[in-house]
Amino acid sequence: MIKFLLKGIVHDRSRSFLPIIIVSIGVMLTVVLYCWLYGIIGDSIVMNANFTTGHLRVMTRAYAQKPEQMANDLAILDAGRLVEGLQRDYPGIDWVKRIRFGALMDFPDAKGETRAQGPVLGWAIDLLSPGSKEAGRFNIEKSIVIGNIPSKSGEALISDDFALKFNVQPGDTFTIFGTTMDGSMAFRNFIVAGTLRFGVAAIDKGAVIMDITDAQAAFSMDDATGEVLGFFDDEIYDDEKATSIATRFNMKFNASKDEFAPLMITLRGQEGMAEMMDYVNAAAGIMIFVFLLAMSLVLWNTGLIGSLRRYNEFGVRLALGESKGHIYKTLLYEGVLIGGIGTVIGTVIGLVLAYYLQTVGLDTSGMMKNASMMIPSVVRAVVTPSAYYIGLIPGLFSIVLGNALAGIGIYKRQTASLFKELEV
Amino acid sequence: MLGFKPSNNDSVLDKVDKNMSSKNRIAEATMTINGKRNSRTITSKTWSEGTKRSFTEYLSPASEKGTKMLKLEGQLWIYSPSTDRIVQISGNMLRQSVMGSDLSYEDMMDDRKLQDVYSEKIIGRELIGERTTWILQLTAKVENVAYHSQKMWVDTARYVPLKQEFYAKSGQLLKKIEYKDIKNIQGRWFPYTLIYKDMLRDGKGTEFKITGIKFDQVIPDYVFTKAALKK
Repeated sequence: MIKFLLKGIVHDRSRSFLPIIIVSIGVMLTVVLYCWLYGIIGDSIVMNANFTTGHLRVMTRAYAQKPEQMANDLAILDAGRLVEGLQRDYPGIDWVKRIRFGALMDFPDAKGETRAQGPVLGWAIDLLSPGSKEAGRFNIEKSIVIGNIPSKSGEALISDDFALKFNVQPGDTFTIFGTTMDGSMAFRNFIVAGTLRFGVAAIDKGAVIMDITDAQAAFSMDDATGEVLGFFDDEIYDDEKATSIATRFNMKFNASKDEFAPLMITLRGQEGMAEMMDYVNAAAGIMIFVFLLAMSLVLWNTGLIGSLRRYNEFGVRLALGESKGHIYKTLLYEGVLIGGIGTVIGTVIGLVLAYYLQTVGLDTSGMMKNASMMIPSVVRAVVTPSAYYIGLIPGLFSIVLGNALAGIGIYKRQTASLFKELEV
Repeated sequence: MLGFKPSNNDSVLDKVDKNMSSKNRIAEATMTINGKRNSRTITSKTWSEGTKRSFTEYLSPASEKGTKMLKLEGQLWIYSPSTDRIVQISGNMLRQSVMGSDLSYEDMMDDRKLQDVYSEKIIGRELIGERTTWILQLTAKVENVAYHSQKMWVDTARYVPLKQEFYAKSGQLLKKIEYKDIKNIQGRWFPYTLIYKDMLRDGKGTEFKITGIKFDQVIPDYVFTKAALKK
């Protein structure tokens, strides 16, 4: 029967052409939008994890209340011992110290007085230890515009936009002016090792990256750190595992009333991250649901038109003794075939477009000059395994549902009046 | 409200300014900053002339020793001996805390006479300890001012502030100062201890104690130069 129906679909183009085009367009849009959304939000989650949240993040309770303030007077003391304990108790995780800070970057003139200056957001990470994965997490090597990764203490990387604005070259000196852990003025000279562009407007506006030991010296944070971040060895976030580790760690300090006791928070547990992760899943679901609904309405309408056009055909088939159930079933099979063909065509075109957007990306930096969120300014789609079948559900179901709704009319036909109708 | 007015028609602010402002002065002070984790005390010596020029040298502890600040006509420079750099402080940085205290650079910068900046209105009377005070509502009459309005409790007999509250335009209380140890020196009443509390910060406030002050001294001009920062 399927061969017979397929012949009918191929030969009677007016019955199949429009529904296949509609399903193909709909499936193509679903695939592209799904990959696009996954790309944007997925990139943002990975970037936030690498730059800010880690897969697990340990802070003092006081610091954790407003981590965005980067209040290093609330930092973790005796950080070396804490990290040793974490490495011992929770193996398979790379535990790293991080210091984040806000400061003034000041470039001197020949007299050592201020030539230019601007506020910067600073990251102190382990750049100099052999085997450190931190430079990779920041994608530093690929982000360097000119110069090199710091090779010794006293060197730092600065935003390329900042360097261009103030006419700074690798080898130039600058002073970081900030606040030490105990609130005093912090001054320290650095040499520009290189300039960076991450493609994230919020960071490229003004950032400095230095080795953690330099920041500890600059901000009088001997054996102290703002945060300790944990990254799973495979660099893939596992919420169940992370939650279990954080629960076990925090239980040790449950009885303590000390506001400087350490607190571990999972990536998902950090502000805005759960919403962002749920959003990826929810958005995909909503997209499919809306598409299913919209396509069903369109195809129901198409089915209705088709059924009206095929009014006589159904009448003749009923008059010849074909049962209403059989006609309805063939209508559904037709839907499956048309939906299947449309889905395959739509998925192929959608994947080609998604691959293009994955490779080339779309530069939105012009729209994100003042963005404060950590979103890459070149947004790319990501083709995931699920992109290959994401279009199947709406593509197939919508037309089957459309035909099913339109086909109900078959059961309303009265056999007694068929011949009268056919005479007309 | 007339019942609250002082006995003659002089402005209360004018009399406060006469006590608090001077042609020049040299003061030594300690600043105790009570942070969340610890307290620390910084000593400094300041030379100031009128409302436009001042020079401060930090004397202790060792981490601050040799740090100097120069204020000239609304501009501020800081010299750091560890980097041998003179860094200019401007823009938003002026709102940052000085040495982790409850004072901002802006607070240190704004030495203008109150009556040049604020219009005054007596809104009440209150006892602070055993001293009777007028409560003055001060509203900014110029644009470039750190605080849109203030409430000031002024000793009715000595014309010296005993308490001060600083408000944003929205009405939010930003900072408080309590003035203590009022002493008469060279014919003027002057508070020797000031307790600052930044209401937007945690912590127990900053105590600023004057350990020695001399008014109307001869201060050489070179003190108020950038060259003096590196000396």
